[in-house]
Amino acid sequence: MARMATNRRVAISTLGAWLAGFLIFFPILWMVLASFKTELEAFAIPPSFLFFHWTLENYVTVQERSDYVHHALNSIIIAGGSTLIALLIAIPAAWSMAFSPTKRTKDVLLWMLSTKMMPPVGVLVPIYLIWRDFGLLDSLTGLIIILCLGNLPIVVWMLFTYFKEIPKDILEAARMDGATIGRELVYVLTPMAVPGLASTLLLNLILAWNEAFWTLNLSTLNAAPLTVFIASYSSPEGLFWAKLSAASTLAIAPILVLGWFSQRQLVRGLTFGAVK
Amino acid sequence: MATKQTQLLARTLLSPAVVLLFVWMIVPLALTIYFSTLHYNLLEGGAQQFVGLDNFRYFLTDPAFLASLQNTLVLVGSVLGLTILLGIPLALLLDQPVIGRSIVRLMVIAPFFVMPTVSALVWKNLLMHPVSGLFAWIAKLFGLTPIDWFNDAPLFAIILIVTWQWLPFATLILLTALQSLDEEQKEAAEMDGAGATSTFIYITLPHLARPITVVILIETIFLLTVFAEIFVTTGGGPGLQTTNIAFLIYSQALIQYDIGSASAGGLVAVVIANIVAFFLVRIVGRNLEA
Amino acid sequence: MGQITLQNVQKAFGPVHIIKGANLDIADGSFVVFVGPSGCGKTTLLRLIAGLEDVTDGRIFIDGKNVVDVPPAKRGLSMVFQSYALYPHMSVRGNIAFGLKMAGLPRAEINRKVEAAAATLNLTPYLDRKPRELSGGQRQRVAIGRAIVREPKAFLFDEPLSNLDAALRVQMRLEVTRLQKQLATTAIYVTHDQVEAMTMADKIVVLNAGQIEQYGTPLELYERPTNLFVAGFIGSPKMNFVNGEAAAKYGAATMGIRPEHLRIAREGEGWPGKIAVAEHLGSDTFLYVDAGTLGMLTVRHVGELSLSPGDTIKLSPDPSRIHRFDKNGQALRT
Repeated sequence: MARMATNRRVAISTLGAWLAGFLIFFPILWMVLASFKTELEAFAIPPSFLFFHWTLENYVTVQERSDYVHHALNSIIIAGGSTLIALLIAIPAAWSMAFSPTKRTKDVLLWMLSTKMMPPVGVLVPIYLIWRDFGLLDSLTGLIIILCLGNLPIVVWMLFTYFKEIPKDILEAARMDGATIGRELVYVLTPMAVPGLASTLLLNLILAWNEAFWTLNLSTLNAAPLTVFIASYSSPEGLFWAKLSAASTLAIAPILVLGWFSQRQLVRGLTFGAVK
Repeated sequence: MATKQTQLLARTLLSPAVVLLFVWMIVPLALTIYFSTLHYNLLEGGAQQFVGLDNFRYFLTDPAFLASLQNTLVLVGSVLGLTILLGIPLALLLDQPVIGRSIVRLMVIAPFFVMPTVSALVWKNLLMHPVSGLFAWIAKLFGLTPIDWFNDAPLFAIILIVTWQWLPFATLILLTALQSLDEEQKEAAEMDGAGATSTFIYITLPHLARPITVVILIETIFLLTVFAEIFVTTGGGPGLQTTNIAFLIYSQALIQYDIGSASAGGLVAVVIANIVAFFLVRIVGRNLEA
Repeated sequence: MGQITLQNVQKAFGPVHIIKGANLDIADGSFVVFVGPSGCGKTTLLRLIAGLEDVTDGRIFIDGKNVVDVPPAKRGLSMVFQSYALYPHMSVRGNIAFGLKMAGLPRAEINRKVEAAAATLNLTPYLDRKPRELSGGQRQRVAIGRAIVREPKAFLFDEPLSNLDAALRVQMRLEVTRLQKQLATTAIYVTHDQVEAMTMADKIVVLNAGQIEQYGTPLELYERPTNLFVAGFIGSPKMNFVNGEAAAKYGAATMGIRPEHLRIAREGEGWPGKIAVAEHLGSDTFLYVDAGTLGMLTVRHVGELSLSPGDTIKLSPDPSRIHRFDKNGQALRT
């Protein structure tokens, strides 16, 4: 009898949760709806929620604009490139800290995390000047380098925590079974670490794709990813909100899907383990 | 020795990451310090002049700096307050047995994964536009005059946008913490006669104290450098009303090309961030021991 | 051949001295158990022999060769871990075969050996399953299978049975002993459970705070413990210790008598005492007796004795079973 109240509890909670969720999600929903409207309808008052002339013309126009495709490709290259390079550097580093820790290991790890806490604005000036002098402004290489360095602490940190979760005695068992370090890495560690590697890859792809400081300041046209492209719509040039919505939907859709899969990694990666 | 070989290998594997991050930290920082002591404006043909601490004096007494500092504090404080005040009940709600919980979670978490430039533009144009935005329409429905957000309440508008983006983060962290609360503790409290409110105050809230601190610290670090939203919506204006420290430095560096002053400002930002980082690193460090 | 000798082996972790000079000779084919309380260093000693830790000083000989600088992969030993440490992403077959694969044996031979080992351990129906699909006992056997298939010079066991429930533990104890006798390979077995030690070992090493207190057969340890520690550690329930005047009467600082060697009488000669707790197991009766100045004494009687708390009895030690210790805790021998 004491537990009967739960049915009512479920009903109230469900109602409340869905209401909150809907309110929070609404701006995105509204944008997606706008992307299917004609330009006129997108701006019409009173706004229509469902019963409007659904059209795909915005998506067609956006896809046809070669600059959209160009910027989307830039986003892919920058996000993918910086994350992969970060992984290449971080995997050995995390391996050594997780499996051959020294007295200094903890300090090194904390120091690495602290570099992520440095405000980008603090080094905007020298980075801009150095990039300028080395011809890295508005270049894919330049952006890949900076995003890689920016996310490196998080990649190292996440891999470290995943490696630490691999039971030490399984690796020792491999050693007793006659495996050299190389074979231990290949046959035992990597297969067991694959889920962790995938999660880290995912979260950092998202972070790099959404990065909106260095991309805005260090690129203008050639190497500009989608963050910059969308930002260029900010100067009022007339009515193309529907097209903006279509472009934005295309820009964020893959990330929303990936983001759904990386919720747990988000907690692990961005709270630096301070919350379990 | 058998395990010494692994130790040497480990040291070698660690070095690329350490070296890169070290260079990444030290070089720009050193240059910023160097530039902050110069009078250096890119528009003046690159003539550099040593002026010692003048830039700092100028920067810190500049009314623009004080305004931006105030804006920064208001922005960070408000977003922190809102995300936590809204995040706790949201997390509690999502911890309940809700039908279709995973879909609700997706909806609540989505804003964090939307790129800042898109968020800002959606809010500015589709929602907050004083003529054709949705909020304007809703206001008119109730017979109120629509708010011209970016003219009359620009900082508040920015606060709304940033809160919307970071609420999922706070909610997710708090939800994770809630789910790690031992069910048996709550049952023991129930046996001890505690009702729902008492359980919340005496058991749940103390358990959440640490995650809330973490949320505050981490959000502060990232909120200090809010940039894209301001860049895309108000450009710091009207006047200085939405200029925070980050934007001020940016405008000095890449709009006024005053390298010296921007560097001084950059250092100020670094110092402020370091203070917060100090506390965060302490908490993380303590957790690493565990 | 699996003869192992330890010469003055020392191990320190920073300022903490875990192993303080271990000397040991383990005969080929014998089953030696390292036993002792938590933190005594028994697992550390095992890991030093395995090569998973480096010695701070001293030498370890396997068949006459000093292996202190040899990595674990090359020492020719097999280890069964307390958590079994099975490779979660490999099947049972893969787990057992891994060591042979590392040794570079041809595929056909690997299969043959794996199947033979599986047959010995009743694992044949599970060969293609993953560890997470197995029960605790089955995983245990896979871990043992992985160890035996490589035909090592010696087996090293690190508390392999402690994660099993009581009934399974007894059954596995028999299986492990039987297997070792059948394979005639040296085995070093670490446990904190002295019953396991007594039932399985050819010889036992009793460790305390990094020192080897005594090295002997189970019966030697039971009948002739060299000091107070071993006397109190071996045997369950624990040996009774008596100090002061009662001990002095036997010419010792401390006198020890095992619960099973105290004779009970209602009246007559002996130490007087009042029963505080009486445990009736049917097969045995355990009495916890308050003997005044002598302290609490434990008494074991085979069979049922219908005495209850509050009853007064007289206890007399069997004179041929008395242990005497000097003031340093060392045994006094007549």
